[in-house]
Amino acid sequence: MPLVEIENIHKRFGSLEVLKGVDFHVNEGEVVCLIGRSGSGKSTLLRCINLLEKPDDGGIRVFGEDILHTKDVNAYRAKVGMCFQQFNLFSNLDVLQNCVMPQMKVLKKSKEEAVKTALYYLNKVGMADFAGASVQTISGGQKQRVAIARSLCMEPKLMLFDEPTSALDPEMVSEVLNVMKQLASDGLTMIVVTHEMGFAREVADRVVFMDKGVIEEEGTPEKLFTNPDSDRTREFLNVIG
Amino acid sequence: MTSFWQGILSILERYGSSLLLGVRTTLIVSLTGTIFGLILGLAVGGLRAAKLDYTASPAARILKKLFDILANIYITVFRGTPMMVQAVFFYYALLDVIHWSPMVAAIFVISINTGAYMAEIVRSGIQAVDIGQTEAARSLGLSNTQTMMQVVLPQAIRNAFPAIGNEFIVNIKDSSVLMIISITELMFQSKSIAGSTFLFTETYFIEAMIYLFLTTVASLILNYIEKRMNRPKMSLPQSVTDPKNVNYIKESEQKGGNSDYAAR
Repeated sequence: MPLVEIENIHKRFGSLEVLKGVDFHVNEGEVVCLIGRSGSGKSTLLRCINLLEKPDDGGIRVFGEDILHTKDVNAYRAKVGMCFQQFNLFSNLDVLQNCVMPQMKVLKKSKEEAVKTALYYLNKVGMADFAGASVQTISGGQKQRVAIARSLCMEPKLMLFDEPTSALDPEMVSEVLNVMKQLASDGLTMIVVTHEMGFAREVADRVVFMDKGVIEEEGTPEKLFTNPDSDRTREFLNVIG
Repeated sequence: MTSFWQGILSILERYGSSLLLGVRTTLIVSLTGTIFGLILGLAVGGLRAAKLDYTASPAARILKKLFDILANIYITVFRGTPMMVQAVFFYYALLDVIHWSPMVAAIFVISINTGAYMAEIVRSGIQAVDIGQTEAARSLGLSNTQTMMQVVLPQAIRNAFPAIGNEFIVNIKDSSVLMIISITELMFQSKSIAGSTFLFTETYFIEAMIYLFLTTVASLILNYIEKRMNRPKMSLPQSVTDPKNVNYIKESEQKGGNSDYAAR
């Protein structure tokens, strides 16, 4: 059964229609990369999945639940992790507190339990030694790894990544991508908006090319990158290639 | 010129204790006024800056709209009229109803007056916090209120701290207008001393020096607090974050740990 089923969603910002009827599904354990130009709607699609944006029209079912009419948005969001381009670590908290506070507030865990989980996932992303560090003092790549650990602490069933490496210096991209590869091989369901074609080719089970608010083409990385059906896909891949 | 300094000395000798009493009242009124004003400002400014998302009920929307209108009127009125006028108006208007002392009236007036300024300081402090902080908190499942209390307000207060501290300094000076309802703060005491000694220049010189001293010390203290706030701190015990205690995690990982993702 698909974990995420999206049917014909539309999203307008004022007069600008960003999503013009998108149908999209993701199966459990699948890693899907969304690629496309800026403004093609890929980030908006991702933000609709955890309800940071509400679609104007259409339906979204996640974990078999109609999330657009769910009673408890917060409980739903706790099951869906999200990583942002700008990391968005809480700057009033240190590294460990960033991972501990949401567990205590949302999952109502005890401090001991939350710290234990936090250190486990910080260790997983190689940041346990920085637990006491202020978030201002660590590098961009380290921030993004902490942000991933923070999301993982909620033990999500689905992770969304919104251009997680776009704000990073080139030498830090690989440390974040390596963590994401590890998660993919653990079997976590992931939807990744990315411009890292190497990552998409290597890790994705399926690549989705979005253009002008619709899904222009989707398929396996081999198919999409080497022999796309659509001219627009080919054109896009040539430009960034 | 010698008579000037002699006058000063004789005032300090004879009226030193009443000046100190004035300083005490000034500090009590300005400090409590700033604290109550900050609490009021956090509530009003916090609610004004809060944005309802699409999950909010229609009733909540109407309440919010109503609150915004009332808050706007409050801020406009209290920033737009002199505190001296507010003091006499409220003191006499409510005197027959609640029979309050001038001191209580003074603290009430300075608190709601400060609250109006604080509300705007807090609101702009909140708006200066990156929207990404809110989005990250919401995406983790924190509610609107939790996001505000755990993430946004602490940052807003830190951002706005210089402006908040400035309100305290302003209050030390501006509480002088509350002599109009005859609380025995520094201005009131000085005026009585000047009236009985006829040493106007000397008395008001001393008064000015005392105010300058109070505001200087206050700003030094505020600077110190500001520096401390900006220093990264570890509020969890060292034993928890110490890397050598991380060993048990590595062990649990080797045992298979809590890799609870669905296997492919």
